[in-house]
Amino acid sequence: MNLTLRIWRQSGPEDKGRMVTYQVDDVSPDMSFLEMLDVLNERLILAGEEPVAFDHDCREGICGMCGLMINGNAHGPQRGTTACQLHMRQFKDGDTIDIEPWRARAFPVIKDLVVNRSAFDKIIAAGGYITAPTGSAPEAHSVPVAKANADAAFESAACIGCGACVAACPNGSGMLFTAAKVTQLSLLPQGQPERYTRVIGMVDAHDEAGFGGCTNAGECTVVCPKGIPLNTIGRLNRDYLKATAKRGDTPGS
Amino acid sequence: MAVTGIILVLFLILHMLGNLKVFTGETSFDHYAHWLRDIGKPLLPGVWFLWIQRGVLTVAVVAHIAAATALARRSRAARPVRYAHRPKVQGSYAARTMRWGGVIIMLFVIYHLLDLTTGHLNPVGDPTRPYANVVADFAPERWYVTLFYTLAVVALGFHLRHGAFSAFRSLGQQTPKGERRARTAALVFAVALCAGFLVVPFAVLTGLVS
Repeated sequence: MNLTLRIWRQSGPEDKGRMVTYQVDDVSPDMSFLEMLDVLNERLILAGEEPVAFDHDCREGICGMCGLMINGNAHGPQRGTTACQLHMRQFKDGDTIDIEPWRARAFPVIKDLVVNRSAFDKIIAAGGYITAPTGSAPEAHSVPVAKANADAAFESAACIGCGACVAACPNGSGMLFTAAKVTQLSLLPQGQPERYTRVIGMVDAHDEAGFGGCTNAGECTVVCPKGIPLNTIGRLNRDYLKATAKRGDTPGS
Repeated sequence: MAVTGIILVLFLILHMLGNLKVFTGETSFDHYAHWLRDIGKPLLPGVWFLWIQRGVLTVAVVAHIAAATALARRSRAARPVRYAHRPKVQGSYAARTMRWGGVIIMLFVIYHLLDLTTGHLNPVGDPTRPYANVVADFAPERWYVTLFYTLAVVALGFHLRHGAFSAFRSLGQQTPKGERRARTAALVFAVALCAGFLVVPFAVLTGLVS
């Protein structure tokens, strides 16, 4: 396959950045998208040019490091798939592919396609934890959990925090991420003590980080590589409404 | 957004049902229209209820627009650098047209008030004869008015299709099954409301009401 790539190049946070066109020839359809970028980078290095910086780690679709806007789709055209698990057979010979970083104020570009997602860490720090006793794991059967709740919590817990929801959201909102992190805990007995302070804290941290507001547009769930459903946001909303009704739980009040 | 939207939707339902009275004839429709100005009598002096209702609706509209503006501003601020390759619509089309749709509806409401409430833009414009105003408004030679009404009502339909679902979600609708129900209910409601509103101008256009 011969491809034309238009890639966002930005030498650092202060640089304005621009789309640069590259020609990549002899791409195997069996390559992953990141392997295709590796091939491009090796050629750039041999030519004495600066390689394209992009995030990646496990390349198995479970770590959440990779994240590219491919032709306007977060993680590319294949549903339920991270960019690293996307294969070049999804494209046609002669295609022009636009590759951009996630675009959000809360995710500033560090270099080329690499963005700083520490805004997600701030949301987690604001309530994504439980008051569990430390030490060895307790006997699993000691706290029974309804099967439906366990399944729904697991569905939310599948979130890898890649940021595709923010990238796809027309409002630049990180509500699907926040909702996944809130509900994976609020559905389980271990998550109950902080249930209502958690949702307030995490939504406040989300807003403070500069993410936009959710309008239930539903673009996020389409691109989510882990298929976090949109109704997760409804769970967050319900917890949030209950929490605002009983503000007394909030620290400092 | 959800709470103010619900207030406005309740008004729209009553408005649509009231409009259908046009099929009961001139006397009955005019009688109904005059009663609208006197609701609450004798508990409240005439037109008091009308002004209370207008006040509530105005507050709801202003709050709805204020909330939408705040969301739109946050949304713009949240993505300072835009995508070169703009993402295509992957969610619902209705959801992506809420803001422009809202602006169209607002302009329409202003026109609609000048047309059928104050009568300034109506060929008859007689507040004592609402039936005659409606018939003159949608006369076949004024097809462009009917066209504008149709476009505005369809815009309203799109707005409600996403708005109604989104209101359920904002107020805590949380199960996948409920989501399917809420989406279906929003679609059926939006189509029914559109049909209810559009049947009146088209009845006048085709001569069914004259």
